[in-house]
Amino acid sequence: MNNCTERIYNGLVKENPTFVLMLGMCPTLAVTTSAVNGVGMGLSTTVVLVLSNMLISMLRKIIPDSVRMPAFIVVVASFVTIVQFLLQGFVPSLYDSLGLYIPLIVVNCIILGRAESYASKNPVLPSIFDGIGMGLGFTVGLAAIGMVRELIGTGAVFGQQILPLADAAAGKGGYVPVTIFILPPGAFLVLAFLVALQNKAKINAAKKGKKAVGSTGCQEGCASCGNSACVGKIFPTGNEK
Amino acid sequence: MKELLIIAIGSALVNNVVLSQFLGICPFLGVSKKVDTAAGMGGAVVFVITIASFVTGLIYKFILSPLGFEYLQTIVFILIIAALVQFVEMFLKKAMPPLYNALGVYLPLITTNCAVLGVALTNVQKEYNILQGVIYGIGTSIGFLIAIVIMAGIREKIEYNDISESFQGTPIVLVTATLMAIAFCGFSGLI
Repeated sequence: MNNCTERIYNGLVKENPTFVLMLGMCPTLAVTTSAVNGVGMGLSTTVVLVLSNMLISMLRKIIPDSVRMPAFIVVVASFVTIVQFLLQGFVPSLYDSLGLYIPLIVVNCIILGRAESYASKNPVLPSIFDGIGMGLGFTVGLAAIGMVRELIGTGAVFGQQILPLADAAAGKGGYVPVTIFILPPGAFLVLAFLVALQNKAKINAAKKGKKAVGSTGCQEGCASCGNSACVGKIFPTGNEK
Repeated sequence: MKELLIIAIGSALVNNVVLSQFLGICPFLGVSKKVDTAAGMGGAVVFVITIASFVTGLIYKFILSPLGFEYLQTIVFILIIAALVQFVEMFLKKAMPPLYNALGVYLPLITTNCAVLGVALTNVQKEYNILQGVIYGIGTSIGFLIAIVIMAGIREKIEYNDISESFQGTPIVLVTATLMAIAFCGFSGLI
């Protein structure tokens, strides 16, 4: 079981998908207008990730290598469709606020990335725990960004009013919400500062002579990282160099 | 005609795909170091989204909808897009080598660009017909082209600036994106 806890630690801290690997940026920025939305999106992705890791790991000896990417995509898309129906049926308010981004879990780099780099090479149990770890890491990342944006943008966290709002009509002083933080520009700004904080920590660690944590992350997003799930071809053309 | 114009302008500027819908962030951050490559990527995206919104529109209208298989749309669309990208790549290689040399490198990257799937799904969600869907696709992808080229232009300029150590790399790019997003908020009164 030591291996399983190691996988969860790896997903939460060492290779945190949001802050270290910088994967799955589209939902990270789009749905984090409130902490609740962030957690909802994170948990939906976790469910898809765990189930797809499990199934792909079970099928890893059956799926031929040359058609593995289309096979992975079909597996992931099926689970996403199931999750979409469950949300629509049981949590309609969350379904409405996440909207288009639920079906777009299919193209989230984290899921195909884990399928390609971990689940297709490892046994079922570690793959499940890898999915749980990565999913929780993603959820924590989204919740952190959502909390910061919600707190500055509305003065609340998880819908609970923390900072008392100013009321000019009643002459009551208090917090004036900075609405731009729950609008699109706020998403970029909060993420910029969180990544900068992390860089700062890395630089400090390097100055003290320690090895920087998670230096393997691809800082430039999916396009430049070597992960073949992100940049690879879905169907092999047979004339690659 | 007026309605189509509103769809085109609305998708290109007002609801810009990158800066207000957050689709296609990965190439926006990853392939925006030089104006040339950014324009190449943008061109490839325009090409693929236009074709993809047409093909997925046809398939939805004439195959999925009459048979009652609407719930399969996510699975079917992603496979169509993946196959289409590779088909376009092979076709360009044979038929138009100059265009292939300009766009070829970026084509495989587009499959995982969520803007393509996003456009296909939005067309269904908003119940656009095929013409409206294609116009929406063209508008969205031109919005992507505008955003990524502007971003690349700014990044070429800030490359030589003295940026505080912890903001180098991704953070300063994200701050730039913030300012661009604020500027694009100004378009919201346009329609």
